[in-house]
Order: sequence, then C-alpha cells, then structure tokens
Amino acid sequence: MSRKTQALAALCAGLMIAATGCGGSGDSGGDDNTIIWWHNSNNDPGKGYYEQVAKDFEEANPSVDVKVQAFAHEDMLTKLDAAFQSGDPEQVPDVYMERGGGELADHVEAGLTKDLSEDAADEIEMIGGSVAGWQVDDKTYALPFSIGVVGFWYNKDLFAEAGITAAPTTMDEFDDAVAKLKAAKIQPVSVGAKDAWPAAHYYYWTAVRECSEDVLTAAVKSLDFSDPCFAKAGDDVADIVAKEPFNKGFLSTGAQEGPTSASGLLATGKVAMELAGHWEPGVMQGITEDKKGLGDKTGWFSFPTITGGQGDPGAQMGGGDAWAVSEGAPDASVDFVKYLLSTDVQKGFAENGMGLPTNPDAVGSLTDPALADLIKVRDSAPYVQLYFDTAFGQSVGGAMNDAIVNVFAGKGTGADIVTATQEAADKEK
Amino acid sequence: MTYDVTEAAPAVSGHATSDARRTGAVRRAPGGSGPRGDAWRKRLEILVFVTPALALIALFVAWPIVTAVRFSVYDWKGFGDLTDFVGLENYAEVLGDEVFRSAVGHNMVIVVGSILLQLPLGVAIALLLNRKMRGQGLLRTIIFVPYVLAEVIAAVIWLQLLQPQYGFIDALTARVGLTPPEQGWLGTPEYALWIVLLVLTWKYLGLAVLLFLAGMQGISEELYEAAQLDGASWWQTQRRITIPLLGPTMRTWAFLSMIGSIQCFDMIWVLTQGGPADATATMSTYLIDEGTKRHNYGIAGAASVILFVVAFAMALAYQVLILRRDVTDDAPAKQHRTKRKAA
Repeated sequence: MSRKTQALAALCAGLMIAATGCGGSGDSGGDDNTIIWWHNSNNDPGKGYYEQVAKDFEEANPSVDVKVQAFAHEDMLTKLDAAFQSGDPEQVPDVYMERGGGELADHVEAGLTKDLSEDAADEIEMIGGSVAGWQVDDKTYALPFSIGVVGFWYNKDLFAEAGITAAPTTMDEFDDAVAKLKAAKIQPVSVGAKDAWPAAHYYYWTAVRECSEDVLTAAVKSLDFSDPCFAKAGDDVADIVAKEPFNKGFLSTGAQEGPTSASGLLATGKVAMELAGHWEPGVMQGITEDKKGLGDKTGWFSFPTITGGQGDPGAQMGGGDAWAVSEGAPDASVDFVKYLLSTDVQKGFAENGMGLPTNPDAVGSLTDPALADLIKVRDSAPYVQLYFDTAFGQSVGGAMNDAIVNVFAGKGTGADIVTATQEAADKEK
Repeated sequence: MTYDVTEAAPAVSGHATSDARRTGAVRRAPGGSGPRGDAWRKRLEILVFVTPALALIALFVAWPIVTAVRFSVYDWKGFGDLTDFVGLENYAEVLGDEVFRSAVGHNMVIVVGSILLQLPLGVAIALLLNRKMRGQGLLRTIIFVPYVLAEVIAAVIWLQLLQPQYGFIDALTARVGLTPPEQGWLGTPEYALWIVLLVLTWKYLGLAVLLFLAGMQGISEELYEAAQLDGASWWQTQRRITIPLLGPTMRTWAFLSMIGSIQCFDMIWVLTQGGPADATATMSTYLIDEGTKRHNYGIAGAASVILFVVAFAMALAYQVLILRRDVTDDAPAKQHRTKRKAA
C-alpha cells in the first residue's frame, strides 16, 4: 500500500514539474490598470530615479499601478525576444525599449507595437527630426528619450604628451596624430573588434562621410547598396586598418568588459583614444577602481572628415533608445510614455546623467560636462544617421558587421562588405 | 546523443528491478491477488516509473527537436506566426554558406585533433600514474582538476591568461625571448583554432586519464605475473598486455570525445565567439550567431537539424564500425556472468 502511495506521489510530482515547466505563470500581464514597464537602468541613480518616476505617475493617476522591472541591458534584450517569441500578449511588457530601424519595422510588421502617431502628436513634434528612426511608413511607433552620437573619446594628457595641440578634424590630421602618438610610444586607438559592433562603427562613420544624406536615406528604405560610396567607405576602413593605429590584439579585444577591453584600455591610460558612443564616460567610470574613469582628462572629437566625401561635414552617426507601447497594452501606458517624455522627467533624467535627453527643455539640465558638450554637437547636426546594424535590422546588420570585422582582420575589401550586406539584404526582400 | 547513453542505463536497471520484483511477487502470489492482478500491477508499476521520465524527454528533448525541424522550413524572424513556408531553402542556404562549411571543418579538426592529442598523452600519463609511487593520489587529482571545472570557468581563466599584450602567456613568451603574435594568440586567425584545441586538451585530458586508469584496474593481475615469469620487460608488458586490453576503454572514450567535439560550444564562445573572422566558428556557434544574434531562426533551425544529423550519423557509424566488436563480444558473456551471480 505504502509503496503504491509513494509511486502515486512520484507520478503526481512528475506531472506537476511538467505542468509548471511548460505552462508558466499565466497572469503576469496584469489587468487594464496595471502597466508593466521594462527598462535597463539597473544601477543607481537611474534605478531609484525610475522607481520614483513610476510612483509619481501612480500618485497622479490613482487607479493605475505601474510595475517596474529593471534589467541588465543584455538580459532585457533576451527576455524581450523571448516574450515576443512566445506570441503571448500576457508575457510582453506594456512599455518597453525600442532601438528603432529595421528591428522596429519587424516588430511593427508582426503587429507587436502600437502606433503612437496621433496619441502622442505633441511629443513627436517636440522631439523633431530625430524621431525618424522610430517611424515606419510615416507612422511613429516609439518616442526616443535619449539619442547619442558616436565619436572619438580621447585622453587629453596623452595627446599633450605626444605633442598634439588640437583634436584632429580631417583624416590627414588624424593620421598625423596617430603617427605622433606612435612616435611617443603610445598606442593610439583601441577597438573591441571581438564584439564586432565597435569595429563596425568605423564603417558606419566612413559611410556617413562618403555618402550623401539622400543616398543613406534611400538605402535604409530600399536596402540597395549599389552606390559606389558604400564600397569606398569600406576601402577607407581598410586604409585606416593598414596604418595600424589599433591596440595590439584588437581582434580578440572585447568592447567594454574589464581593464583589457577597448574601454578599459582608454580608461587606464593604455591607449590615447577610442571610437564610442555617449555611454563611454559611464563605462569607463565603471571599469576604474576610483569610479572616475578618465575624469578631467576626457576629451571628445567628431569622426574626421574625408576629402572628397559626399556627406555633410556636420552630420553625425549614432542612435538611441525610445519608449514603445506594445499592442494590447492598457490605454494608460500611452499616457505613461508621454509622461516619461515630459520636461520634468527628462530633466531628472539629464541631471542623473542617464543619457542625452530629447526634450529640448531638459537639455540645459545636463550636469556632466562631457555629455553637455556632446548634446551641442548632436543638436547642431543637420541629421544623425542611425547605426546601420539597427537601421537595416539584425539579419542584414549582422552580415555587414561580420564582413567589416573581416576587413579589420585583413581579409576583404570595401567591395566585400557591400557584397555580404547586399546578399543578406536580398534575402529580406 | 549523450542522452542515448544515459537513457540506456536507467532502462536496463529499471528492467532488472522489475524482474526482481516479479519474482518476489510470484512468491507471494498464492496468498495474494492472483496472476491477473499481478499483471495489472506490473503494468501500473511500469507506467508509474516510466511516465515521469517519458514526460520529461517528450517535453525537453522530443518537442524541441520537432520545433527545430518545423522552424527550419520557414522564414521566421522570431515573432509572429509561422507563415512564410520556404521548404528546404534554409538547408540549401546553410550548406551553401562558406562560414558553415568552414565551421564543419573546424568541428572535424577538433574531433580528430582531440583524439590524436589526448589518446597518446592520456595513455602515457595513465601508465605513469598506474605505477606505485609517492604522491600518486595527489598527482591523479591534479590531472583531473581541469575536468571538474565548469567549461565556462576554465574558458574565462584561459581568456585572461591569453589576453594579448597584458596576459600571462604573452608575458611569458616575451620573457623567454620570443615575440608573441601581433594580434595575440586568440586574435590571429591562423593560430586561434589550434590554441582552442590546446585549451580543450588541457580541459579534457583528465577524463581520458581517469577512464584509462579505471580500464587498467580491470586488467587481471595474473596476466602481469605470467608476463613477469616469462621475463617480459615493463615496456613489453605495457605494449602487449595493457594497451591491447585497454582497447574497449579507449574506443568508448573516443566515442565520448567525438560527440563532445561535435557539440563544442562553451569554450569557443567565451574564448573567441567563433572569431577572429570566423576562424574558430563551429556548427554550434554558427547556429547561435544566426539565431539569437541575427534573428534568422529558420536558418538556425536548419543548421541545428544538420548538426543533429551529422552527430547522429557519426555516432551510428562509430557504433556499427568500431564499437560493435566490444558490444557483441563482451555483452553476452557479461550478461551470463551477472545472471549466474544473481541466481
């Protein structure tokens, strides 16, 4: 008897494991008045700030409950993919981050993201042209809350040591600076080519310099890269690599993790500069023991211009994050996203140094001097080209990035980058 | 494929216990519920014991395989419905992709390289450690430690050691007067795969040694005594007795090593992510790259089915061509022995 009961118990336990294993919890999506909000500010002050923002919103709207979930960036992306894959609206957060471009277009095509064009018309007008990266067929699906640009972060002391008096503005001056640094036995540039995207940023930038705005805008829509400027941009990258400005072992160097990563090498004074986005001061602070990064030695200059390039010299390359509302989310979610873009919330966002705000009234609140300088560059740019891998979507972007890394490894030319990108793009059509 | 092996063990033991039970039940039968109730009870018992395992296998093995096959015939971005049926196009694309073909090549280099490196080294070390000597236990432990480490942890340690310019290995090569490669050991496409192979050897040599040592324990002492009486030298004894009798162990070990090499992922992902310029890409890194990174789940599905078929075919071929000797020659004799013992 007892053996039978034991067996039954075992069977039940087995079934229960199976049931909980595949079923999952069904009611995590919440009801009409609960907003599930996913963000990636999982460290203070950002984390605490966003909790306060949610509380303030709840106070102003007593019937609404905001559930905040903070993730590390990579974790958030993985969970978001899984939630979308499940096809279960209950698993998908109501308010989440969109990086725009092809990735957003895929989400829109699958009917996952809400059209905000009418509900948030005022905010869209306020943000201005930058919202273009989050538009599909002239409809806006997300509101960018931080947009940054990629440029060279450099160590002012090491530049002075090498006798460089002014930050380079043209490719010739850049080559000069590299030569001077090498002569002073300083490794000029670090790049985390192991992670592909830091290397790929070089190509995005040379393309922004070589191609006119019209060509770039058309390419994002048509996925046609036959304009010769794209191959030329690849050859420019090959030229840069051929001058050997990069840290030793850059092909196996990571982007941001630890002191031997590309960011770490800059933060610890082992190299003079690195091409990176607005996140770089924060990343460097996280790597150094005194949490100061390069501190006062931090300098920034825009990617040098290339002689004969068709691109506007003031154009910038970068990207950002936007708040999106998933299809089927409670109506209050749209109000919440609008609240996140309000001057009050964006001012606090700027004061805490969490990014480069898109609300013009909040721009003055940036306390970090490096970011305050950067936002001037961004706001005076005629246009900011979205990172290609984001703009073209992961499939095309991934193929392009791998081809760019091959050029860094000395295997391939500009034409090879175009071929690989076009092949991946043709599969999309 | 590995679960085939683990699956076989519980199945066999399960059988044995139910046999034992039945004999016990038969003895009790006259006073109990009769043969019909007994048969029913036996069925229930089988059901009770097998159901949880079957449910888990169905859920975590069979269903994912079926899903992967289903994904592989669709063009799918990872969300929305499976609507864009493309037939075998994904397979054509994977097989036509130079990166995948080179990945298969890298897998084969690891399969062959692991066996060629670890077999002689493993046998040599096992022979040494099989001799009576001081600190034998300690030495055995040291050899086995890398295998106990989680592969990811071992990989992170080696990643630190192999850091270009600032790592220990670079410092060491520079100290002995050699110039480390410009791009570092893992950053040079020509070296990267061989370095990965060396790290894998370091990691898995312990397992080979352990298995060979266990195999040596099973060789009868009488044979050595007889050899000694005939005046055989130590070398002759090893060459004529130990190594031939270690054959079944070696063949089983090579099988495990082969399966592990085909699936090789963790170590490479941490050390190089398949780079530089796809120089260390394996089938597993390829499908992760296509799937979770590029969101080409159809392509990744096709690649995973191909990986499964390759692993399955190689395992089957190995079983039929090489392991059959061990299985057919040994197995009946062993069964006899156990049965007689049990009786």
